[in-house]
Amino acid sequence: MNWLLQPWPWYVSGPLLGLTVPLLLLMAGKTFGISSSFRHVASICSPNTKLSYLKENNWRSESWNLVFVLGIMTGAFIAMRFLSAAPFPLLPADYATTGGMAKLLVGGLLVGFGTRYADGCTSGHTIMGISNLQTSSLIATASFFAGGLTMTALTAFGIF
Amino acid sequence: MNNLRVLLIGIFFGIVLIKSEVVSWFRIQKMFRFEEAHMYLIICSAIAVGAISVFLIKKFQLQTVSGEKILINVKEFQKGTIIGGILFGLGWAITGACPGPIYAQIGSGEALALLTFVGALLGAYLYAYLRPRLPH
Repeated sequence: MNWLLQPWPWYVSGPLLGLTVPLLLLMAGKTFGISSSFRHVASICSPNTKLSYLKENNWRSESWNLVFVLGIMTGAFIAMRFLSAAPFPLLPADYATTGGMAKLLVGGLLVGFGTRYADGCTSGHTIMGISNLQTSSLIATASFFAGGLTMTALTAFGIF
Repeated sequence: MNNLRVLLIGIFFGIVLIKSEVVSWFRIQKMFRFEEAHMYLIICSAIAVGAISVFLIKKFQLQTVSGEKILINVKEFQKGTIIGGILFGLGWAITGACPGPIYAQIGSGEALALLTFVGALLGAYLYAYLRPRLPH
């Protein structure tokens, strides 16, 4: 049982993550994706909004996405609390400072804005979209990495 | 019933996100710095399993467990695929979390990830506001 409590190697965890695609399709008839949940939560929080992107969003018919996200939070809790020999750090210690918190807020804003503008994230585009051989998802994934590498370079040079 | 199945698949996905450690900012940094193959191998093997599954589902015209036809939503290419994609990538490198891991970080008790989530929500609002003026 000890192996279960250690980090799982890529050849176990990678295929298991990919298995989410057929599980959702076969068990629920849903196309794997996560970032649309941001739109749904925004729609729920602003029932009287005039913004058409939120107003014309029929989140009730897409509520499975919020259930899925609730599952992710539950699964993460279980894995960290009961399936890990030792908790591992998720974020650098200096993110607990005011400056670090501002970074998370700005970074989160880029994640939310970018994934909605690109109509998908690493789940909906990189895993689901490429699995479905969509050119748009391949381009999206290349763009994700272009952005990520740029920010990493900027950070390395101390610009951000 | 459908929602119960979705919840269970979500729990499964959340567990693997933590156990693979792809929810860690440090893993994302090592990926973008090309210091570790871990993330690349995970992404590629996940796509491989996903692609084979989709191929088989289409080839044998499989149905859902409730006997419904399986339809995959296709995302059309537009200018936002690139512009939005790059902006997301910038944020991904800062927060060390794409949308799935944001929720996984929150669930595992990382309170700071709530800021990432609030930021993402603000980002969705900003997109909703700017959308009529953005190139698509």
